[in-house]
Amino acid sequence: MSALTALAQLRAIRDGAAQRITTVRHCHIAPRPMVFIPLRLAGETAAPLAAMVGADPDHPRLLVVPQPRNRDLRFAFAAGLAEVLLPYVEGFGKTTETVEKKGGEPYERCLDAPQILVPNRSAAAFVALLGRSTRFRRADGPYPVHPSVPLLGRWLTYFADRSQQPGSSLLLVATEALSMHWATGQSGLEDANLAALLGWIAPPPGMSGRRAAEEAEDPLLWPPAGPTTDPGFDNEVLGPAVRAYEEAPTDRAVERVTQALRTQLEPTWRLMWRAARLLRELPEGRRVKDRWDTDRGSFTRFAERIAEGGPPQARRDGAVGAAARLAGLERARASYDVQRAYDDPLVMAEYRLTGEAFSGTVTGADPEHTEGEGRSRKLRPLITVRTEDPVRLAAGTTVGSPDRRGHAAEIVEIADGEITLKITKGMGRGKTPAPGAVPEPGERVCYTSLTDDFQSSAALPDPERTPWTHGGPPEEYVPSDDDAQEEWS
Amino acid sequence: MNRLDELRGPVPSRAHDARAIAALAANPGCARRALMDAAGVDKDRTARHLGFPAPFGQSQFAITRGNVFEALVKENGCAELLRLLRELLGLPVAQVGYQDVESVGSHLRHSHTRTLIDRAARENDDAAVFYDHPLFSLEIAGHTSYLEPDVVAFQLGGRFRIVEIKSFGVIDGQAEPEKVAAAARQAAVYVLALRTLLADLGHDPERVSHDVVLVCPENFANRPTATLVDVRKQLAVLKRQLARMTRVDRLLEGLPQGLTFDLVPDADGVPTRSAEDLAGALGQVPARYAPDCLSTCDMCMFCRDEARGCGSTDLLGRQVRDQLGGVSLMTEALGLAEGTVEPAEGQEEVARLLRLADRLREECLN
Repeated sequence: MSALTALAQLRAIRDGAAQRITTVRHCHIAPRPMVFIPLRLAGETAAPLAAMVGADPDHPRLLVVPQPRNRDLRFAFAAGLAEVLLPYVEGFGKTTETVEKKGGEPYERCLDAPQILVPNRSAAAFVALLGRSTRFRRADGPYPVHPSVPLLGRWLTYFADRSQQPGSSLLLVATEALSMHWATGQSGLEDANLAALLGWIAPPPGMSGRRAAEEAEDPLLWPPAGPTTDPGFDNEVLGPAVRAYEEAPTDRAVERVTQALRTQLEPTWRLMWRAARLLRELPEGRRVKDRWDTDRGSFTRFAERIAEGGPPQARRDGAVGAAARLAGLERARASYDVQRAYDDPLVMAEYRLTGEAFSGTVTGADPEHTEGEGRSRKLRPLITVRTEDPVRLAAGTTVGSPDRRGHAAEIVEIADGEITLKITKGMGRGKTPAPGAVPEPGERVCYTSLTDDFQSSAALPDPERTPWTHGGPPEEYVPSDDDAQEEWS
Repeated sequence: MNRLDELRGPVPSRAHDARAIAALAANPGCARRALMDAAGVDKDRTARHLGFPAPFGQSQFAITRGNVFEALVKENGCAELLRLLRELLGLPVAQVGYQDVESVGSHLRHSHTRTLIDRAARENDDAAVFYDHPLFSLEIAGHTSYLEPDVVAFQLGGRFRIVEIKSFGVIDGQAEPEKVAAAARQAAVYVLALRTLLADLGHDPERVSHDVVLVCPENFANRPTATLVDVRKQLAVLKRQLARMTRVDRLLEGLPQGLTFDLVPDADGVPTRSAEDLAGALGQVPARYAPDCLSTCDMCMFCRDEARGCGSTDLLGRQVRDQLGGVSLMTEALGLAEGTVEPAEGQEEVARLLRLADRLREECLN
């Protein structure tokens, strides 16, 4: 939260409409994403009640558990979900490209990857729970399930894990993706309601965003986007329908539950596609593609792991695994923040506000300035930039610029809004700088101390060398019969 | 007539359940809520009458699930619970007594609870006993509130523990943090009530452990698992908040003569007071709305509407308000940003920041 966003929120209230807080889109939106809206039975940890799922806005698949406390019906639900999700996911594994890696073996990467859209963070958490409750099952043994169920569990676990990764778009949470690009006139807590959030961003014609958001809070007009259902609906509609099914599990009873749940899911289904469309209409940031490449690589590796018959993800990470994961998340966070600022002047403005970046006009340039004598003589062009930004950078700080890739400079002096910079990188190998490498007088430039330099991964021991302070080497996880037969009641 | 009774009107004071007491600590700076709670006003009813019902409801599925799980844990005189406690606390107990306080008439339950607890504290023998459905009381702003916890008090050797049974799942040793936090806040209320009771009876209140036992279903099954939760922090917050509430006199001092939140119910209990008039009366006592109220207070929708009406920056939450340097009105903050309002003394810094933010937004979006 910055003063910039706070200001945008105030404007949103005054104008009755959401305000942009980015100039470009910072997440990947697939041409054909799969929308998944799960519902859970109230009071239960992971009892699926229904889901609307599919990659075609006009043909959603509605999956329903007419008696959510029935174990067999739950696994039938999981198998139904697998039937929709697995062909979609596996379809992307078929076409690959060969990626040449500097100083490494070339490797295969899928040309595209799946993208799952869920309405809110709770739905993403529910995806993880569904994954946890199905990935250890087996198709043989005492409580056999359909072979697709454990596979589904592993994929759901993968997607839920991946959604923790800053900058990943494999599983995208709609409310978070929208809030990242628009500021509304309501609090963050209220922004978690997809209907209200979209009300602010794209109200129906002739209605203010504020009014649309108020309307969206009425569960009768806009049922909650799940996974928790509206208590009023549970008590008045769903309860009697489930009881009728218990008394006589006929097709008609199933139909009654199905119809009831359809009314709860359809509005959100439409909202989800609207959210996808709104996001897609935003121009894509330059580095979104790079991050999607990383996503594709991650997806490919996981698909390979499954193909090789690797075991399902363990219940908990070992000490080394957990530390590595945490370090990875921190690096991804830092890199993601920098990348967004480089892609988007409005995000960079947040750093200009705090003095970590500045923007201004070049007032003077000495492109052929050199340092040193004889063999150690180096080209170090100098420029001066006039800025009105409150710069809080010290002389000697290395800065980069979103205007030129590979460009780096060092701050020489700051005086009265005039900043002298010495360019240290990105001007070619010649005696004079490459054309365009040194900003010319009159040019508008931006520099910042944020840099997305490569950070090597944390030095961690191999899992088998986990020190005793961290419990010693973890026992290797071997899926047991108990795991496969775990109750799901 | 007591000023608080006057505020409430001629209806019985509304008892606070543990959830309500725990929620008192959520927004201690809100005078409206403090006063309504102290007077025992039925906030839910008030909000409904004002046309701003709170969006809280409970699904019958959740209620059923909770009851089924509780029954399972308490089956056969808490046999399952004993097994869990034995493992968790390493108790050398083979047998346990079971006292269901609910077996006596409701008017006797509180005194019955007192008698049982007193005897247990006095006798100090080695017999372990579960007390199911105890009825505690707690003094809140000069009024005695009765608490009917869905908990069990466990006693061994004159030492007591609160056992709270909740039906949210613990998956691979992890549960949803908000749910655990809410359970801990509630359990702290029971610990405090039991400690107060012991002190009242002349025993050492510290005999009640600050580690409560939380019993939840494990993984996806119905099998219960028990965990110790330290509620010292929640106890401290609760005590501080209750101590504040006894100083409600200060809030009462500034109130206009004759101010009341009475709904003026007719013979059938239907409110006859106009909602507008009631809203006017409530408006006399300042509220401190924050978005968090939406999940804790029955009055939230009314107060939010009021905050919108006067353009308060509270609407957007603490974080935003902090960014705006504590400026409380939106028009003022916007004015500072756009240079149409001259900063007052002490506002120069935030005005500079907002003006810069405004310039940067202009520059990037146009």
